[in-house]
Amino acid sequence: MNQLLRMFFIFMKIGTFTLGGGYAMIPLIQDEIVEKNKWIDEDEFIDIIALAQTIPGALAINTSTYIGYRLFGFKGALLGCIGTMLPSVVIILIVAAFFLQFQNNVWVEAIFRGIRPAVVALILAAVIKLGKTLPKSILNIGWVIGSVLCITLFHIHPILVIIFSGILGYMLFKGENSDEDNC
Amino acid sequence: MKIIVEIFIIFMKIGAFSFGGGLAMLPFIEKEIVDKHHWITSNEFIDIIAIAQMTPGPIAINSSTFAGYKVAGILGGLSGSFGIVMVSFILITILAKYFIKIKDAKETKAVFKGIRPAVLGLVLSAAVTVGKTALIDIKSVCIAIIIFLGLNKLKLHPILGIVLAGIMGILLY
Repeated sequence: MNQLLRMFFIFMKIGTFTLGGGYAMIPLIQDEIVEKNKWIDEDEFIDIIALAQTIPGALAINTSTYIGYRLFGFKGALLGCIGTMLPSVVIILIVAAFFLQFQNNVWVEAIFRGIRPAVVALILAAVIKLGKTLPKSILNIGWVIGSVLCITLFHIHPILVIIFSGILGYMLFKGENSDEDNC
Repeated sequence: MKIIVEIFIIFMKIGAFSFGGGLAMLPFIEKEIVDKHHWITSNEFIDIIAIAQMTPGPIAINSSTFAGYKVAGILGGLSGSFGIVMVSFILITILAKYFIKIKDAKETKAVFKGIRPAVLGLVLSAAVTVGKTALIDIKSVCIAIIIFLGLNKLKLHPILGIVLAGIMGILLY
């Protein structure tokens, strides 16, 4: 129960402090769940993001719900999900009530102009951290670059990129994996 | 009460059909709330997008809570936020059980060996997309570089990085 509550407060903290939506939350979830608490290892964390992407809905909510379920079952899923959304809901309800004063504040605008570029840095740092677990083969690097080009240049839907990569992975590595595991 | 239930069902539908997270949801929300039900105007919808991106948390939660609030007050906001997570919550609690079981199978490992580099590509594309609107002048590029070095070399905590960036925003703009 103690650990469960701790996870709930971790997700609440992450929900309170991340600007820039779901992708910006990934590095914080990784920092807390993988690095600090060592509840889940890096490889599994990447698989969880993949699964969270494949399911409809908000990426951060899907990720925290899954992590909660994986760690503490249904109770964990519920608290992971609510913990992540609670700060947003409360803040939005407060902001909605005072929207006009908030929007025209020059201080608020300046703060957000500083934070927006930092979100880019946050996401890049997360990619580099997560990338450390992948073997640095030409195939993997090409795969990463290929996915980026498919999405940003050719506007292919991310879900198609995930599904196609899964099929390609199955065809390429189906035989090869068993040797590694038997060693 | 009828409108609260209606909001819940509409956001449940939006949550069920939008892949790719919060930003991908916005066109759905616009279609339902503005075009079909005329609950809010196009201008109010633009305000919602701005607020959803300026406040912490997932954009999907922020925009659905705000849209629900605009339509029916606090209960509407709660109804929007719980509606939007409903379907993915159910899907995950069903799928996770199954996925944990097959996680170590040979076939699953092969599939995920292919998916892992693609996920990195996805996250990297998000940086490209955010970068297009966030890196607009030399000052913003400098902030991005400083924060990136802080995170990557000095192991700065991400939350501290955001606070620092906010302070730089006040100083520079």
